[in-house]
Amino acid sequence: MSSISPQEIKQEFLKSKMGITGISILSILIMTSLIAIVIIPVETFQEWNNPGSWILYPKVAIPIWVNLFMAEKIPEHQILESPNIQTTSNQEIALTSHQFGVNFNYDDFPNDFIYLFSSEYSGSPLLQMSVIRPDGIELELLSTSLPHSISKTTHSEKIFSTDKILKKNILLQSEKFSFSLDKLSAEDIIFSKIQINEPLKGNYIFLINGYSTESELQMHESKLVIGGKAFGIMGTDELRRDLAIGLLWGTPLALFIGLVVSIASVVAGLLYGVYAGFKGKKTDETMMRFNDVIYALPALPFLIILSVTISNSIFVMVGFLMVFGWVGIAKVARSMSLQIKTKGYVEAANMMGQKDSKIVFKHILPQLLPYAFASIAISVPAAITTEAGLSFLGLGDPSFPTWGQILHDANMFGAASRGLWWWIMPPGVMIAITGLAFVFIGNALDAIVNPKLKR
Amino acid sequence: MKRYVATRLATMFGVLMITLLITIALVGSNMDVILKQGIVFQVRSEITENPTIAESFASVDEFEEFVQNQIEQKNKILGLDEPWYSPQRIGFTMYKILLLDFGHATFLTSDSGSSDVKDIIFEKIPRTVLLFTTATIIISVIGIFLGALSASKVGSIIDRVTSSFAIISSSFPVWWIGMLMIFLFSFTYQIFPARATPDIPSSDPGYIMALLYHMALPLITIVMIGFGSWAYLVRNFMVGIMQEDFIMAKKAIGVNSKKIIYTHALKNAAPPIVTILALSLSGSLGGAIITEAVFDWPGMGRLYFEAITVMDLPVIIGATYILTLFFLVSIFIADLLYGYFDPRVRTGQ
Repeated sequence: MSSISPQEIKQEFLKSKMGITGISILSILIMTSLIAIVIIPVETFQEWNNPGSWILYPKVAIPIWVNLFMAEKIPEHQILESPNIQTTSNQEIALTSHQFGVNFNYDDFPNDFIYLFSSEYSGSPLLQMSVIRPDGIELELLSTSLPHSISKTTHSEKIFSTDKILKKNILLQSEKFSFSLDKLSAEDIIFSKIQINEPLKGNYIFLINGYSTESELQMHESKLVIGGKAFGIMGTDELRRDLAIGLLWGTPLALFIGLVVSIASVVAGLLYGVYAGFKGKKTDETMMRFNDVIYALPALPFLIILSVTISNSIFVMVGFLMVFGWVGIAKVARSMSLQIKTKGYVEAANMMGQKDSKIVFKHILPQLLPYAFASIAISVPAAITTEAGLSFLGLGDPSFPTWGQILHDANMFGAASRGLWWWIMPPGVMIAITGLAFVFIGNALDAIVNPKLKR
Repeated sequence: MKRYVATRLATMFGVLMITLLITIALVGSNMDVILKQGIVFQVRSEITENPTIAESFASVDEFEEFVQNQIEQKNKILGLDEPWYSPQRIGFTMYKILLLDFGHATFLTSDSGSSDVKDIIFEKIPRTVLLFTTATIIISVIGIFLGALSASKVGSIIDRVTSSFAIISSSFPVWWIGMLMIFLFSFTYQIFPARATPDIPSSDPGYIMALLYHMALPLITIVMIGFGSWAYLVRNFMVGIMQEDFIMAKKAIGVNSKKIIYTHALKNAAPPIVTILALSLSGSLGGAIITEAVFDWPGMGRLYFEAITVMDLPVIIGATYILTLFFLVSIFIADLLYGYFDPRVRTGQ
């Protein structure tokens, strides 16, 4: 035990490349967490497990940046929420027209498209849907009347591209295409060249016209969703969830779990070990036997049983992780305090009749602080991977999108054998990077505290 | 030495008992509910099989009373009328478990169809040994040599690569690497199967080859992630020893540096290395719950996971007991080895 002043530690630390790397990664992670907390409202991640809130998103969509490296562009998922609205009325008939411009420059057909709206009207207005293609051809898609109502009413509806009437309407216009349309789905025809069944690039305009006679037709929340195979920076999973949100929210959660568990267990272990070592004799013996008992408990099986039988709340889990975390540190702290105890100034303080607590806190603990910081940093990755492992087994807190939870879902839906790399890679890389940051910091500190390893 | 062994043994036994007690305390109340439900179901189904019993009663109330009586009688025979935390019942359960009598599994069965928990566990252990113990041996051999090599050339490229590989590989979860390996080598390049369980019956002559082939991917993964930290550990021990005076003296009198490293230094680094080896070898018997779940390897770890997902309590208790037992035995052996190599430990200084 050599005593090093905080200034020396800081200087040495700033000299070590590893420490600097670790600190930089950590600050990036903290920034990410802050961004996640500020930008993404808390409600979004609480909706993580609510399938209803992800319904407009595509299933297992690849991240969009993949298109940068692809010769054949994968269709991006587009959610169009602000149509061009025009209203005209001549005496009897009022026309409300919503226009959606779709820029389609991809080498594959979209998966599907959905038009959603909610409307306010009385009587029975007529709804027409058509599309004007880049080559000028206009295809009639749908012509339907909304349910009749005498008084003012609201009605919301979703029109899917898989609708049979839609296909029938298109088949009526089959003379425009020079190939057979029988087995093709609606979107494969609408977005196709007329000579051969290949995607036609360019600007499409989707027109939705509402005709009403009695009162004006009000359309709210008019949305057109062009179902693509690519979405967002991180893609989506089988349950249509945007993985970017899950990954972003996973950062503060992982940091919280890692830091709370390691700080609490290091502090607890330190106090326990120092007290046992300082007291010595019977107290030491009993305390170390108890330590042995906890040390010999198989941690992972017990964590699993505890999470199944007691609670899998993330906060309770943090507590369980602490129970198994402090043991090793207590052992080292005890042997260190045994050494410090024999130093002259501690014995002097003892002889002067200072209180035990004062000796421990003033003379012994400060000596152990550098070691404590190193062990906090080193034990963070273990806490994070253990929590991730438990979540991966499906025993984590389902209400929080942790990285382990995302990997659990990926494994459940067989992401590895289906080749959905964007579902598996990012969470694991994030776990590893976070772990690495703390390992770097811990090793840099360790090298300063234990100079013997430096050689 | 005798006293040292005796106190160690006593502590170990105490820990084993405490572990058992905690396990029973955690699952006990659930276990009672499940057992009682089982009895109700059994009594009801017995009655529905014999319509004559139901016909012999005049009113529905009388019949219900008869059923209740039957259920209570059975509960009493099994001792379920007392709560699970009554001393007799806990004592009896623990006594049975000590004798490796774990009872019958509620849902899970062994491959041969037995529902005896002991059969299930003893069927899984050899498979776990096959995969994890093999992996541990390979890891330790690679680790020791790589560690010694980098310790002999501190600061060289080999040393730096080993150290950074150790640090980086230790922060990746093994099971995540497992998922990546499955993605790479069973999906993208279809070299190895994704599931580690062979799909041909074990009586088939080609079974062993199939098993080895299925074992390859998990084995490679575990070794890949494991050997780095072993090498790093051995390196650090060796670096410490290489600074000792007797090594310096050997160097000074001109002994071949290879000989110094592989005979003198390695021999002195042996105690901690052997201890860790003993710990990880016996630790490997428990398998790894998460890794086995990823690779679908039919060993102890997956058994444990399956038991927990369906809440098969006798299996959970049995597996926890066996895992703890292995763990304690390994700690005990490690302690003894350490005491043997390092006499200071024995006297408790």
